[in-house]
Amino acid sequence: MPEWVIETHNLTRHFGALVAVHGLNLQIARGEVFGFLGPNGAGKTTTVRLLNGVLNPTAGEIRVLGMDPIAQGPAVRRRTGVLTESPALYEPLSARENLLIFGELYDVPPDVLRRRVDELLEMFELTARADDKVAGYSKGMKQRLALARALIHAPDILFLDEPTAGLDPEAARQVTELIEHLSQEEGRTIFLCTHNLVEAERLCDRVGVIHRGELIAVGTPEELARRIWHGHGIVVRLGRPLPAEALASLKRLEGVAQVEVENSDLHILLDQEHRTPAVVRALVEAGAEIYAVRPREHSLEDIYFQLQANARGGSA
Amino acid sequence: MNTRAVRAVARKDLRIALRNKGVVLPIIIVPLIMMILMPALMIFLPIYLEPMETGEELRREMGAFFANMPAELYNLFAGLNDQQTWVVVASMFMFAPFFLIIPVMVSSVIGADSFAGEKERKTLEALLYTPITSAELFIGKVLAAFLPAMVVSWACFVLYTVVVNAAGLMVLGRMFFPNLAWIVLILWVVPAAAALGIGVIVLVSAKAKSFQDAYQMSGLVVIPIILLLFGQMGGILYFSTPTVALIGLAIWAVDAALLTLAVRTFGRGEIIARL
Ligand SMILES: Nc1ncnc2c1ncn2[C@@H]1O[C@H](COP(=O)(O)OP(=O)(O)OP(=O)(O)O)[C@@H](O)[C@H]1O
Ligand SMILES: [Mg+2]
Repeated sequence: MPEWVIETHNLTRHFGALVAVHGLNLQIARGEVFGFLGPNGAGKTTTVRLLNGVLNPTAGEIRVLGMDPIAQGPAVRRRTGVLTESPALYEPLSARENLLIFGELYDVPPDVLRRRVDELLEMFELTARADDKVAGYSKGMKQRLALARALIHAPDILFLDEPTAGLDPEAARQVTELIEHLSQEEGRTIFLCTHNLVEAERLCDRVGVIHRGELIAVGTPEELARRIWHGHGIVVRLGRPLPAEALASLKRLEGVAQVEVENSDLHILLDQEHRTPAVVRALVEAGAEIYAVRPREHSLEDIYFQLQANARGGSA
Repeated sequence: MNTRAVRAVARKDLRIALRNKGVVLPIIIVPLIMMILMPALMIFLPIYLEPMETGEELRREMGAFFANMPAELYNLFAGLNDQQTWVVVASMFMFAPFFLIIPVMVSSVIGADSFAGEKERKTLEALLYTPITSAELFIGKVLAAFLPAMVVSWACFVLYTVVVNAAGLMVLGRMFFPNLAWIVLILWVVPAAAALGIGVIVLVSAKAKSFQDAYQMSGLVVIPIILLLFGQMGGILYFSTPTVALIGLAIWAVDAALLTLAVRTFGRGEIIARL
């Protein structure tokens, strides 16, 4: 039985009439990278605040590292590190000053702190600019510094609230690699809030999907994908709409589960990926002007939609 | 109480505030004008402009001010001529209320940067995730504003003493400053005024959106001080030792009330709700 470093039971938080987090039951093991997926306003940040004793729950129980964040907030926070949604750095100060201040707030012993700051600056490739004001840094540098700050006291659990939001692909990749390093080389437990599916798939051992404050699914990314998508979706872009009889015969092809027309696009659901060439061939023979064929990418919204549809179907 | 964390907060707030021109300029310029330049002009200029008459003349002109003056203070003027009277009136009385503006101004401008400014720049949340308690955070921020207010006020007092005594030496042939009332003012009322600036700014910052907003709203604190000034010139209230002590007590009482309210706006939950 794994050691749970985060456990919640029926965790609930209201803001007036709004239920931001509703009956959350989470169990996260030591060393695990747990992805917390949800759209804007789903309750991700609120959950991080609750788990760190920064906000009190309306109802429910929380254990973080065996402690209660409400009663033992400072003790919990001494062993957790949080990368907040906005980097929240002191822009008039340098990277080194920012790290030193937080090291003092976490009460890292002075000699350890100096060494730790140098190490982190090096690891996050900030050494060359360490004594420049943060105000002049690029977004990616700021995010790396914020991540370094969250690690200043070598926390047991690292909370990352949308670590790559607003970064360009190159900067995002750098941050993702750093997170990978923290998990694989340093074995830290990571609680990663995101609405980026690709990021979650790449980094996470398990993901939980939260929607309107409720956890609607938990599992490894593969488990979830299997549970959600029964088949393979493709999108075919056409130069002009397909005639009705061609559309009808397309639907009769073997392996085609579903066809939807959206403007000049066809959304086709196949039972398996290897049906694609046959479908394309059939379309060409029917006189379709094909501009592009691509696999259908599922947005997080699609997943909720599907999960909810499945849940409704399952309970009916 | 983790004093290292308190000091870290105080130090960083002060360091950040002192890198903001909107903070540094008033802290340098206002004391310079109010406590050095203005006193120097007001005290010295009349010495050269006015012909010397007996002190009776000036005492008649400033009728209201002298009419109700308690004997303890009136005796200060015994046997003085116009110039001498003026130097004593200006230095002992006119600038005393101004002196309270300095600690209020310094503490509220730094406090505005540390409370409202930190909120405006959205850096508070990262602090809330550290083990620091709300009380430690509050004390650190209060100290960041209070200590510089005391340093600036006392430095002003030293310079002011030099200016005033220079005039005293020239006109009265002796140094006469400070008297007991001023010492009470400096040691008892100035700290109270610094705390007043902070108390007001913390409450205002809970509502204000930015450093500028908070600083402007807190400007209202100066109004009672101006009232003190007019009260004195109109002969209603004098800066005698007991009065100064009482003014100090009154301000401390207001401070206690304000800071009690202020602490309540400063729990983690309350701060988060305003972020
Ligand atoms: N302090 C607060 N007062 C009132 N409502 C709040 C407060 N904090 C959060 N909420 C509400 O709670 C809900 C959940 O917000 P939360 O910030 O946790 O979402 P999120 O999943 O982090 O979203 P995002 O992706 O936008 O960061 C939202 O509807 C939000 O408006
Ligand atoms: Mg959020």
